[in-house]
Amino acid sequence: MTQTTLTKGPARRGAGPRRAVAGPAPGRSDARAGYLFLSPWIIGMAVLTLGPMLASLYLSFTNYNLFNTPDWIGLENYRKMFADDQFHQTVSVTLRYVLLATPLKLGAALAVAIWLTQSRRAMGLYRTAFYAPSLLGASVAMAIVWRALFADDGVQDQLTSSVGLGIGGWVGNPDYSLLMLVLLAVWQFGAPMVIFLAGLQQVPRELYEAAEVDGAGRWRRFVSVTLPMISPVIFFNLLLETVHAFQVFTSAYVISGGDGGPAGSTLFYTLHLYQRAFSDYRMGYASAMAWVLLIVVGLVTALLFRTSRAWVHYAGGSR
Amino acid sequence: MPIANPAPPEESFVERVGKTRRSRYTKHVLLCLVGAVMMYPLLWMVSSSVKPNELIFTDLSLWPAKWDLGNYIDGWTALEQPFTVYLVNSFVIVVLSIVGNLVSCSLAAYGFARLRFTGRKLFFTLMLGTMMLPGHVLLVPQYIVFAKLGWLNTYYPLLVPNFLATNAFYIFLMVQFMRALPKELDDAARIDGCGPFRTFWKVIMPLCLPAFATTAIFTFISVWNEFFGPLIYLTDSELYTVPLALRQFIDSEGQSQWGQMFAMSFLSLAPVIGFFIAGQKYLVKGIATTGLK
Repeated sequence: MTQTTLTKGPARRGAGPRRAVAGPAPGRSDARAGYLFLSPWIIGMAVLTLGPMLASLYLSFTNYNLFNTPDWIGLENYRKMFADDQFHQTVSVTLRYVLLATPLKLGAALAVAIWLTQSRRAMGLYRTAFYAPSLLGASVAMAIVWRALFADDGVQDQLTSSVGLGIGGWVGNPDYSLLMLVLLAVWQFGAPMVIFLAGLQQVPRELYEAAEVDGAGRWRRFVSVTLPMISPVIFFNLLLETVHAFQVFTSAYVISGGDGGPAGSTLFYTLHLYQRAFSDYRMGYASAMAWVLLIVVGLVTALLFRTSRAWVHYAGGSR
Repeated sequence: MPIANPAPPEESFVERVGKTRRSRYTKHVLLCLVGAVMMYPLLWMVSSSVKPNELIFTDLSLWPAKWDLGNYIDGWTALEQPFTVYLVNSFVIVVLSIVGNLVSCSLAAYGFARLRFTGRKLFFTLMLGTMMLPGHVLLVPQYIVFAKLGWLNTYYPLLVPNFLATNAFYIFLMVQFMRALPKELDDAARIDGCGPFRTFWKVIMPLCLPAFATTAIFTFISVWNEFFGPLIYLTDSELYTVPLALRQFIDSEGQSQWGQMFAMSFLSLAPVIGFFIAGQKYLVKGIATTGLK
């Protein structure tokens, strides 16, 4: 690489093979070593991230099936996409999932985390029990179990029938199949919970004591002390979980047997994209879908950052 | 505060003790309940894996009325290849991925955390940006590149990215860890004549073992569970990983294989559970520190 030419500052003698006792000058630069250490990352970034990003942007304006040479068709892929009913359905399924799963999961995570900080004796054990599902939930095995739990005559069916709701298993019911995937997401609340726990433990005790002296009740202390103090952590979790929720794939693929059914009720955006790319080999169209996803996720992220100024409270100098 | 408390002390004290004890009990009962609900799907899977097929959907109790360990024996050979093949494949991929992530991410992290050079800030921002990037944007071009290289139906598309530090999360984790180490260490090493490489190898690396352990465990779990990559890149069943193999149970749903399916599902989760129990400390610390930045 051409790293040595990039160093700034006058008269770099350090470009030689071994530098002689370099002074501890404040402006010292480790350019050579720096780029060498970063070289795997730089190659990966160029070849596997930035390059493919640009390539998929280009492909999104072409007709390409992996075997022909990409054929420039302008905005045609995008036009087709927005006119496609199935596309609208995937958008609606995905948005409903994101809007349901993210708040429910984070709500559960925060509620349980607050409970756990109040009774610290058994905290370790509960934390383990609640965290474990978030490591297993994304696996095929868990999706298989979920599918069986919510199958006809499965545990859910027997429970709902016993209270007089004979709606059958949710797997085959378009009205409930998405809800079942939401529950699978909520089941994995452990990861954000651990992050909340770490945040809650950093809230200074004195603040609660001061609030109590001022006559603040439990709810008041929660709203005026806890929430602002952990708002950076809430923001981090919200951002991470939202971005993740947009990309759910494995559970929907396995539970629906790969087709997003029943009646397209679990046809997630990513699943649709996968089908266009690897069942139909419409690589250009799939690339266009990928870029729309990127733009939407980017906008959502930007929006969250923008609003965060109003509600995220950074305690100064506590780092 | 001392003056403005007119309530008779002994009564309020008793009251308070009674209330907190009662509320503590209800809290524990509630937490146990939540825990039971959380654990139920897992326990149900384990219990179903040792039940005869006809009992899985009729007998709701978690303790099987009749045991049938045959599910494990039959399930092992129920798919195209014996389960050993899938386990070995997954294991090989996981081990190589761990090596790749540890080497490439620790190098990058040291560069970001401890060295100074032009463009470092820009690179770091870029790296953080990729953490939020939906992977699907890269999917089609990466697939095309790997196809052109003749790497379809090999493990290269699954392994090479890990050797090129594409997983920003682990870099970030290690950067956080390295930044917390005292700067004087580097200066001392420099005065003793160590260049950046010796400093990295002899001074920083040994201190970063906890961060490496976290990375290794996270890599293990995520690669072991990974489904999408193997799904698009692997076509021969001799190359299948465990998750891909499990999917075959659903494709070939003969209704009669429920028990075997659960037996193999449980087997596939057992290493994850084992790693989790062994490495709990590192995992919890790992995600907690990234969350607090």
